[in-house]
Amino acid sequence: MTTFWSSWIIVLTIVTIAGLVWILFANRKQPKEIDQTTGHSHDGIEEYDNPLPAWWFAMFVITIVWGIGYLIFYPGMGNFKGVLGWTQIEQHDEEVAAAEAQFRAMRDRYLALPVEEIAQDSKVMRMGQRLYSNNCSQCHGLDARGAYGFPNLADEDWLWGGTPDAIKHTLVNGRNAAMPAWRDILGDDGIAETTEYVLSLNRRSADPEKAKLGEKHFQTYCVACHGAEGKGNVAMGAPNLTNGIWLYGGTEEQIAHTLRVGRNGKMPAYGENLTEDKIHILTAYIYGLGN
Amino acid sequence: MKHEKVEKNVGIMIILIIVAISFGTLVELVPLMFSKETNEPVAGLKPYPALQLEGRDIYIREGCNTCHSQMIRPLRAETERYGHYSVAGEFVYDHPHLWGSKRTGPDLARVGERYSDDWHRAHLYNPRDVVPESNMPAYPWLFRDEINAERTPKKMRALRRLGVPYTDDDIANASSVVNGRKEIDALVAYLQGMGTLIQSRR
Repeated sequence: MTTFWSSWIIVLTIVTIAGLVWILFANRKQPKEIDQTTGHSHDGIEEYDNPLPAWWFAMFVITIVWGIGYLIFYPGMGNFKGVLGWTQIEQHDEEVAAAEAQFRAMRDRYLALPVEEIAQDSKVMRMGQRLYSNNCSQCHGLDARGAYGFPNLADEDWLWGGTPDAIKHTLVNGRNAAMPAWRDILGDDGIAETTEYVLSLNRRSADPEKAKLGEKHFQTYCVACHGAEGKGNVAMGAPNLTNGIWLYGGTEEQIAHTLRVGRNGKMPAYGENLTEDKIHILTAYIYGLGN
Repeated sequence: MKHEKVEKNVGIMIILIIVAISFGTLVELVPLMFSKETNEPVAGLKPYPALQLEGRDIYIREGCNTCHSQMIRPLRAETERYGHYSVAGEFVYDHPHLWGSKRTGPDLARVGERYSDDWHRAHLYNPRDVVPESNMPAYPWLFRDEINAERTPKKMRALRRLGVPYTDDDIANASSVVNGRKEIDALVAYLQGMGTLIQSRR
């Protein structure tokens, strides 16, 4: 703050306090005048003009003294920092440092242990649950069972791999799935045939002839990511199409829709948001859910 | 001055009341209008691009700020949950700022890039589809209504008058950028840009 504005604040504050003191004392009535009236009379109703009760007056004085004391000890008077040198940011940093001192060693101890091991520890799982609720539950659900478009983390099926390393990689770097839209390439018939083939992979096909046609499309276009048998590929986040688990719904129409418009599921990266030790604990929690 | 004189003369009373209540404004507010901390943008701060600007206006129209604050206070409980505390320089181009003081829902000051665009769309269409416990209203009409592209350059000109450094190019291109876009696109773009300039690991 410039000296001008600092002085502006100081002068105005002092003038205000002095003015308040003056108003308070200048208007103070002496007790001997008790039961005097203001002289106003309205239809015979008169108005007392008594002094402030002593306790009330004292409270005014106390607040003024308190205010002056505050301005001496805490920042308020322009650039004057207050004799305590207190700042909000410093208090925050101290709170954080105190919490770090209390918890960091414990979390670092867990950080040094393998995920498989600490996932057995109920304390780690409880800590993980807190972190999960705050950071992950919005998409994957409080029970980790996911939602339409957001994978279930509590089952054994993993889009991007369920090993501790794969889970941690997902948390730190995020994931971007890219299923292209096939409407223009396959056409409406092609979409219907491929859908029939995907249904046949789950033994749900009612039209084997159509599924046969769909298989040709599948082996041309889908095989690169989903594999020849449709079992998916964790390196690309391509889901297994044979196990009855559907991220975007498994009805005939839902599968056809996915084929038509494509899917671009995105998991945001948390590596810049959460510290390493917390990510480690979170990895253990998520690993523990599926195992 | 006799008390009676003030009491019986409304003009004097109005002037004296204004004097009495203006001290707080003069001391606490006026210096901030001229201080470096509140007028200097944080590193990398840019005026809202056209689509985000429209998104912000939808945010205001739908009253998001009545339930969501945009101000992380420097308290551990908050920085642990939301990220780095908010600083004045992040809001230099916000007219008006949407800090708010009521949190029925969580603070959104650093919601940008926390969730995917798909999540925001699903959540705004019907929050309970992704967060079953939520009591947030659904906003399905955002998926139907289009942005009024004619008004975007006018808004930008008005903001420029308030000191937001939009260039002539920004204003000239604004309409074509938002033309035909749905309101949901704008709102998600706004949300995804929020608070991303200051990163901290918590």
